[in-house]
Amino acid sequence: MGLNLTLIGQIGTFLVFILFTVKFVWPPIRQALEEREKRIADGLASADRGQKELELAEQNAAEKIREAKQQAAEIIDQANRQGSEIVEEARQEAREAAAKEHAAAEARIEQEVTKVRSELRKQVSDLAIQGASRILEREVDAKTHAKMLDQLAEQL
Amino acid sequence: MAATSETEGSSATEYVTHHLQHLTQPVAEGGFWTLHLDTLFFSWVAGLIYAAIMYTAAQRASPDVPGRFQCAVETIVEFVDNTVKETFHGPREFVTPLALTIFVWVLFWNLLDLVPVDLFPTIARQFGIEYLRIVPSADMNAPFGLSLTVLALIIVYSIKGKGVVGFGKEMIHHPFGKNPLLWLPNLLLNTVEMFAKPVSLALRLFGNLYAAEVIFILIALLPAWIQWLPGGAWAIFHLLVVPLQAFLFMALTVVYLSLAYEEH
Repeated sequence: MGLNLTLIGQIGTFLVFILFTVKFVWPPIRQALEEREKRIADGLASADRGQKELELAEQNAAEKIREAKQQAAEIIDQANRQGSEIVEEARQEAREAAAKEHAAAEARIEQEVTKVRSELRKQVSDLAIQGASRILEREVDAKTHAKMLDQLAEQL
Repeated sequence: MAATSETEGSSATEYVTHHLQHLTQPVAEGGFWTLHLDTLFFSWVAGLIYAAIMYTAAQRASPDVPGRFQCAVETIVEFVDNTVKETFHGPREFVTPLALTIFVWVLFWNLLDLVPVDLFPTIARQFGIEYLRIVPSADMNAPFGLSLTVLALIIVYSIKGKGVVGFGKEMIHHPFGKNPLLWLPNLLLNTVEMFAKPVSLALRLFGNLYAAEVIFILIALLPAWIQWLPGGAWAIFHLLVVPLQAFLFMALTVVYLSLAYEEH
């Protein structure tokens, strides 16, 4: 035991291995570690960014879907409204057409009635003249009494 | 695996002292001029294994997905670098490699303590080598080799961080005050403190590993059928001590360097 020349030998050996480590071991390992650290940090950052983008896209998609649904609902609503309007219009038109027809028919009937009535009046006045001439046994000048007879017929 | 049950009394003492004998090689006259060949050899082997592992990892280093080996090495490197980062707030181009060398090298030294105590000496005896101790951290020279280098680095970093004048001022102004009468006590205290650092660093590691080695040797003296129990228990406990002592040496070195480098 005790210190001797071995001490100097050990110091020399120690220095050799320190210098070896300083020169050949530490620089490449440190560089690799630092570079890897950077890569990992970058990777994590881009993963984060991707996550955020995904979230944004999902939000966008949800928004779009909501909008589309709303639009669809509006379109359906509009269509329903238009449909009922068309039906209503058609009904209205039909009703109006029916009323017109009805009016026309009534007018025709009225005309017919008037015509028939005037004919009837004429016949009645003719009959009356015939009757009167028979009663008077003489010919009544139709032309002279036409006015009076017309007034008579008017009263019928 | 040991010469066991029949060893008693003086032969047991012989067995222990034999195991605590280094493979020495005197190179000149005088007690200092001897080499512990075993310590030198095994710390070189441990260092070469460390260098090979680290060099392979450094060659393969790339920012791509690491394999298992790469991951293991990088975990250790990052662990050491984080320890340094937390304590030392200067440039780390030198301090992290220093801490890494200390941590892994000392870890390998300490791991040699888990090799069965008679394995390598028995093999060595086949080659005519009488004494062999394989744990460098249980030889004072190895921990002191580290800690004296650290002391030199403490002085270098003190001058680097504060300048020669700043360092000198700190030596004579702290901790008592700037009064010229106090310069001498300040300097004395600071010098003692400065040299206490490497001594405590080295003795902590040496003491732990030396004691552990002695206990392993004593366990090897027990009858063969019972050795597994204390041997296993001590080895498991030692698994805690091995990385802890390596970490302590590394962490304290960084703390000392940061104290030296920064104003306080």
